[in-house]
Amino acid sequence: MVKVRLATPVLQENNEVARENRERFRKHGIFVLNLMSSPGSGKTSTLERTIGHLAGRLRMGVIEGDIYTTKDAERIEAHGVPVVQINTAGSCHLDARMIRPALEDFDLDALDLLIVENVGNLVCPAEFDLGEDARAAVLSVTEGNDKPMKYPLVFRQSEAVLINKVDLLPYTDCDISQLEKDLKLINPELQLFRVSARLDEGFGPWIEWLQKKVQEKKRGEPQAG
Amino acid sequence: MNGGKNMHELSLMESVVKQLRASAAENDIKKITRVLLVVGKMTMAVPDALQFAFEVLQKEDELIKDAVLEIREEPVRCECKDCGHLYEAPNYEFLCPSCSGPNVKIVGGRELYIDFYEGD
Repeated sequence: MVKVRLATPVLQENNEVARENRERFRKHGIFVLNLMSSPGSGKTSTLERTIGHLAGRLRMGVIEGDIYTTKDAERIEAHGVPVVQINTAGSCHLDARMIRPALEDFDLDALDLLIVENVGNLVCPAEFDLGEDARAAVLSVTEGNDKPMKYPLVFRQSEAVLINKVDLLPYTDCDISQLEKDLKLINPELQLFRVSARLDEGFGPWIEWLQKKVQEKKRGEPQAG
Repeated sequence: MNGGKNMHELSLMESVVKQLRASAAENDIKKITRVLLVVGKMTMAVPDALQFAFEVLQKEDELIKDAVLEIREEPVRCECKDCGHLYEAPNYEFLCPSCSGPNVKIVGGRELYIDFYEGD
C-alpha cells in the first residue's frame, strides 16, 4: 500500500487559465466585471440599463453565460453592443476555460469594459475565477432578506451589489436596511447601489463606480482580483 | 453534451479524479483504495453531493472503483488584521468579535484539495 500526499487545489487548472485570461485583459487595458445573481433578480435588465447609461462614454462588450438559450444575448445585441454567447449546456456556472475561446470573437483593443453575465445561480459561479478584475452581484428585494446569509461567498467576493427592484419594496416584506446591514457584515467594503431596472432609477452612482474602475485599469492601477 | 453537469460538485469531482489519475500514473498505482478530500465550509461544495458525484464517477473507472472517499470539513476561520484575534466564524461573522474592526481576513474555510490518497 502506498500513501501519496497531494495537497494541490482541485481548482488549480481553472485558476491557471483564469490567470492567463487576466494577463490578456491587462495587456489590452480592459476592465472585466463578473456579474452574478440568482435567476430572476433582473441581472439582464440591469445590464441593459447599464449599457444605456454608458453608451458613448465607454466601449463595452458583453459575454452572456446561459445554460441553453440565446434569449439574453439577443436582448443585449439589440443595444448595439458586441456580445458573445456561451452556452454551458447544463453546467451551472462559467469557468475560465469557457471564457478563453469567447475572447477570440472580440476586438479586444476596441474595448474598455467587458461585462460577463454569469449563469443565474448564487452558489456555483462564486467558486470559479474567470480572470475578472472585480465581481458584482445583483440581488432583488423580492428574493427575501436571507440571501446574503445563505450565500455568503458570492457577496464576500463581490466589490459591489446592486439591490434591484426597489420600486417593489412597498409590496414585499423585505427590510432593506437590515439587508444592507447583513451584506456589510459579510463584506464591510461592499459598495451598495439601490436601483430599479424597470424604472431606470438609481443608476448614477453605479455608473460612476464602473467608470472609475475602468479609468483605474487604464492607468494600470492594481485591482482586487 | 454534458447534460449531467448541472451539479458543480460533479465537475469538481471530475477534476479530483483527473488529479488522482495523473498522480497514480506517476507513482505506478493501479488501484486507489482511499482518498481524503479536504473541503472548507465556505466553498460552495456540499459533502453529500461530492460523495454522490464520486460514486457516479467510480462506476466507470477501474482506478477508483473500490476506493473509499473520506471528506474532512474545515471550519471558516478568520484573523483580524487590526488586533490579531483568531476566531471561527460559523455564521460568517466578518466583523472582529474582539475589536469590532472590519479588517478581517479569511484564513480557513476555503480549502478544496486532496490531502492524500492510498493505493497499490
